[in-house]
Amino acid sequence: MSITTTWYLLLAAILFSIGTTGLLVRRNPLIMFMCIELMLNAVNITFVSIGSHLNDLGGQLAVFFVLVVAAAEVVIGLALVVAIMRRRSRTNADDLKILGG
Amino acid sequence: MMIIASDPLLSSDIGFSVVAIMLLKVVIAFALLMVSVMLVIWFERKIVADMHNRVGPSLAGPWGILQTLADGIKLFFKEDLLPERADRVVFRLAPYLSLVPAFLSFAIVPIGGDFTNGGDGTVSIFGHRTLLQVADPPVGILLFLALSSIAVYGVMLAGWSSGSKYPLLGSVRASAQMISYEAALGLSMATVFLFSGTLSTSGIVSGQATWNWNLVSTGFIPFIIFVIAGTAELNRPPFDLVEAEQELVGGFHTEYSSIRFALFFLAEFMNMITMSAIAVTLFLGGPNGPILIKQIAWVWPILWFFLKVMAFLFTFVWLRATLPRLRYDQLMDLGWKLLIPASLGWFLLIAALNIGEDRGWSTFLIVPIGLIVLSLAALLLNGAIKKAKDSSLHAADLSEISEGVDQ
Amino acid sequence: METVVFLISAAVILSGALGVIFSKNPVHSALFMVQTLFGVAVLFVLLEATFLAAIQVIVYAGAIVILFVFVITLLGVDRAEDLKVEPISGQRPLAVVLGASIFGIILTVLIVAVGGPTGEQVANTPIGDASDNTKILGEALFSTHVFSVELTALLLTVAVVGAVVLSTRPTKPLISTLDKQQNDNLEDELEEKGEE
Repeated sequence: MSITTTWYLLLAAILFSIGTTGLLVRRNPLIMFMCIELMLNAVNITFVSIGSHLNDLGGQLAVFFVLVVAAAEVVIGLALVVAIMRRRSRTNADDLKILGG
Repeated sequence: MMIIASDPLLSSDIGFSVVAIMLLKVVIAFALLMVSVMLVIWFERKIVADMHNRVGPSLAGPWGILQTLADGIKLFFKEDLLPERADRVVFRLAPYLSLVPAFLSFAIVPIGGDFTNGGDGTVSIFGHRTLLQVADPPVGILLFLALSSIAVYGVMLAGWSSGSKYPLLGSVRASAQMISYEAALGLSMATVFLFSGTLSTSGIVSGQATWNWNLVSTGFIPFIIFVIAGTAELNRPPFDLVEAEQELVGGFHTEYSSIRFALFFLAEFMNMITMSAIAVTLFLGGPNGPILIKQIAWVWPILWFFLKVMAFLFTFVWLRATLPRLRYDQLMDLGWKLLIPASLGWFLLIAALNIGEDRGWSTFLIVPIGLIVLSLAALLLNGAIKKAKDSSLHAADLSEISEGVDQ
Repeated sequence: METVVFLISAAVILSGALGVIFSKNPVHSALFMVQTLFGVAVLFVLLEATFLAAIQVIVYAGAIVILFVFVITLLGVDRAEDLKVEPISGQRPLAVVLGASIFGIILTVLIVAVGGPTGEQVANTPIGDASDNTKILGEALFSTHVFSVELTALLLTVAVVGAVVLSTRPTKPLISTLDKQQNDNLEDELEEKGEE
């Protein structure tokens, strides 16, 4: 049994679904962030494996940019969490409905 | 199946003897590190004692050389305590998280091999040619950076999982410090890559064959930054706020006892050896040096490497005995406002010189222009910092006034 | 050999991912996350993307997840969460159904495209050997994609500035003159009461 690109894509699909489910189930904003990172990682696996399948560097380049965007997203996201937690100590995502006014 | 390492050993068919050589190299690296940690701890205690006009360890073995072994045996037989409020799994995991990266990062250091006269640094063992390092991955030094960022987890989680406040404070300090100084460390390394054109450690060493050391060709500044940032990364004095006894009891490992404490101690000294070895590889030509007696040519590189590492270890000990500990804000200021901008600026200057060489620009023009641009940038940065300080002071004054009115 | 490495790292990745969503304690979630990231890095090495594998560990494990752990421990939100309570009834089954259906959709696409992904062999920039992966990637980034690199640099700068602005503790606003007058009156009243 040799490992083809399909295997990588399958793995990425499972990882993406786990990430989605986690994002929908958990209410702790930090863990929700981690689930988003899981989904991004699934996408990264897809990019690299298809890139290697087509012998194109584009896949790896895309992953590079995804990494940078993920870092920026986490920086802003965690700053938001810190700012919110400062006002209300035990916050979960449901408590933020006050943002609706 | 691709081959990760570019070691000539692995380019031939992988048979029994190749596997045996690999295993031998791993075992030798492991044993070498363990023994040298034992000796380095003794060395440090002895040197510091000399600098304090004390005798130091003197009872176990000749000149007290077996003191570390005695301490290790004592720690091994002590009771292993587990704090009641500790997170059991993470508390047990943390020492290994700091020990394993310490071991692994030594794997990429070439400890010997003849690189002079176009030699590729390989030696012959049982009819196979191989490099004197456990692994030579193409990403080389990046592996070291990756492992040193994993080492932060050991410290961080040890403090958190103890379920006690001083270890937690120590670990928060530690992770902030290690993350900040990792940036300066990486940037000072980047200047070396400009000269070597490769990330692989054996490539970097062979680029510095005999006397063409990166220390000189990168112009000393990256080396100085590397040593300062490396000392901070190791949490050694004067940057040992992580375990400042007067403020934090003992830092992140306050709650650890017995063999787990010994593991942290081991990792700390192992990191010190590895950091010295990496500094030697990057800036001081690694095992490069003159070969004095041709008959035993293979001995000289190992000897030179050993001497250079010893010089580094002595410097670290010397710093510990000499300098007082920094304050936390001084530490952060040094890292973010001095080391990172300086290493970035120097990197840009060297890059400009390299491009200038390719394009045929005059070096005498690039250096002054580069220096002027850099000093302008430094002035701007200084102005911004000063402005920020003033306005925060102003804000503090205002809030004091308003607080005064509130009362 | 490749099969074995793939299967092991797939197991590591998936168990780590499940660990992230089933852990009660956020710090444990972060640790499982690191496990997943390592698995992905091994896959990158297997696909000959050695530079990305190193960057994956340095950036993700060394910076992003450390930041998570840092925030969790610093804010003291590391208490275990009670996972038994389901705040919105039917949320969990629905989430699982949604996750499974997303998986189903991707699986269908994969099955329809029998024999793996198709597509033109464009090869704008062919992937070189694993040994000069870094070099090729760097050349592509700083020649063809240099504008995107500058844009991401800008994005990072904006993100850093934003983070500093968001997390700065707001200084107390200077009370307005009106408030001050009221305050003075209050103080006078209090003083009078004290005298009585």
